[in-house]
Amino acid sequence: MTAQSLAHGQAGRTSPADFDVERVRLDFPILREKVYGKPLIYLDSAATSQKPQGVVAAMARFLLKENANVHRGVHYLAERATEAYEGARSKVQRFLNAEHAQEIIFVRGTTEAINLVAQTYGKKHVGEGTEVLITAMEHHSNIVPWQMLCEQTGARLRVAPVNDAGELLLEDLESLIGPKTRLVAVTHVSNVLGTINPIRRIVEMAHARGARVLVDGAQAAPHLDIDVQALGCDFYALSGHKMYGPTGIGVLYGRRELLLEMPPYQGGGDMILSVSFDKTVYNNPPYKFEAGTPNMVGAVGLAAAIDFLADLGHDALNAHEEDVLAYGILALSQVPGLRLIGTALAKASVLSFVLDGVHPHDIGTILDREGVAIRTGHHCAQPLMNRLGVAATARASLACYSTRADIDALVAGLEKVQEVFR
Amino acid sequence: MSHELRDLYQEVVIDHSKQPRNFRKLEGATRTAEGFNPLCGDHLTLYVKLSDGVIEDIAFQGVGCAISKASASLMTGAVKGKKQEEVLELFRRVHILLTEGPSGRVKPEELGKLAALSGVWEFPMRVKCATLAWHTLRNTLDATGSPFSME
Repeated sequence: MTAQSLAHGQAGRTSPADFDVERVRLDFPILREKVYGKPLIYLDSAATSQKPQGVVAAMARFLLKENANVHRGVHYLAERATEAYEGARSKVQRFLNAEHAQEIIFVRGTTEAINLVAQTYGKKHVGEGTEVLITAMEHHSNIVPWQMLCEQTGARLRVAPVNDAGELLLEDLESLIGPKTRLVAVTHVSNVLGTINPIRRIVEMAHARGARVLVDGAQAAPHLDIDVQALGCDFYALSGHKMYGPTGIGVLYGRRELLLEMPPYQGGGDMILSVSFDKTVYNNPPYKFEAGTPNMVGAVGLAAAIDFLADLGHDALNAHEEDVLAYGILALSQVPGLRLIGTALAKASVLSFVLDGVHPHDIGTILDREGVAIRTGHHCAQPLMNRLGVAATARASLACYSTRADIDALVAGLEKVQEVFR
Repeated sequence: MSHELRDLYQEVVIDHSKQPRNFRKLEGATRTAEGFNPLCGDHLTLYVKLSDGVIEDIAFQGVGCAISKASASLMTGAVKGKKQEEVLELFRRVHILLTEGPSGRVKPEELGKLAALSGVWEFPMRVKCATLAWHTLRNTLDATGSPFSME
């Protein structure tokens, strides 16, 4: 069940029948590939999603017909390229429902977005005697940048706990936000558990005590309807490649008044208004944070991915992914010796599990030979693994092209696994 | 099941992964070292009782996949009573088997029970699982005491 359906009850939901998954799959040629002579069953979309033809075509079109450097030339192509790049920014603005296009900064991905905030906003506002609060379910990319910042500034890093189901303990989280807290960094959707966190409530708690909130939206962007104004968060980070776009492009949303007073991130071209050896005047947001020639083709691909998601229709996509997830939870619960890790009530598109007597790595290898691609290991969330008392999990993750048949193939593969280890 | 999988998960491997030998803390160990594989979270502690350059006793503890556990278990059996130099030479030969396979420069039958690892080479992503214990052992013998981390 997603945050939206929790918020709105069950009324007005589109039935899965409205979503033609076979047609959607036609848009992803890679899904017709074979591995070891078997049809590919791709259940690793939380690591990276596959790419629809529209995204690839938009990128090819840009490179073959519109490529030039942005914000610089006066010639025709430079203008076309700038339009494409800035058009992508406006598209992201609408996707996140940000108030201004200048609040959208293009970065390499979620990791860079978080590092940017840590090294600009963080350097300015986080210091000795202050605190940064994260949660026990964060990806390393929402842990390490804050650890580095705390090391550099003498601030203290605190961690809000989770329960055994993999849900944040909100009362504990609230009690950890105090007058010293400068920033709360929390994931929207857990990459290991699929837990959807109640961001709006967390933002209210933080703002009531004067702390800012950064949301890691890497896993949320492909699944949830995101509205940064409704969430009320100060920063929101996402990666293009997890939402049907290319790698190497991501987004940092930041509230304009915060971006205006933040120091720049990297120095270079495009981020300045004027340069002399005596004094350099920095450009305005978002350019202040986009030094150097940006990833233009990446931005174009991301814009096409947003179009692709819009064409699917949020409600229909949501109903479809919920259907496959519910089917998966049921099917996996019936596998002998299997334990699901992450059983939050509000959960999206991730099925993490362990199997009695079989290490996830071995599950991954045997499934692979059946054509089933899953992720195994600690999923860049070692502290969470320790909290849950497992060294590693196997993780099947879903996307718009996932089907009940994919789940059936997974379960059949798990039978092979148990055969080997019988 | 594919023949590659059957080669990887040979009966000996499954047996040693389920019931690893020398899987304990070794009292009186003269050297210990830890090994990590950050890729998958595997972790082992190796205990060695070294006397006059000979491995008198060896044991290990930790968590890992079937391949890493079986390899560690088989390794402890193979190196007990051997001299340091012999162990390093054995690792060199095991490494060749793990990367080149049974038709490579090292024949599996020359390696006794370690021949059970002859299917690993067909799974390049799993070679590190099989070598973790060996790298850790080499660190133990080097007496650097620093944890070994697979990258």
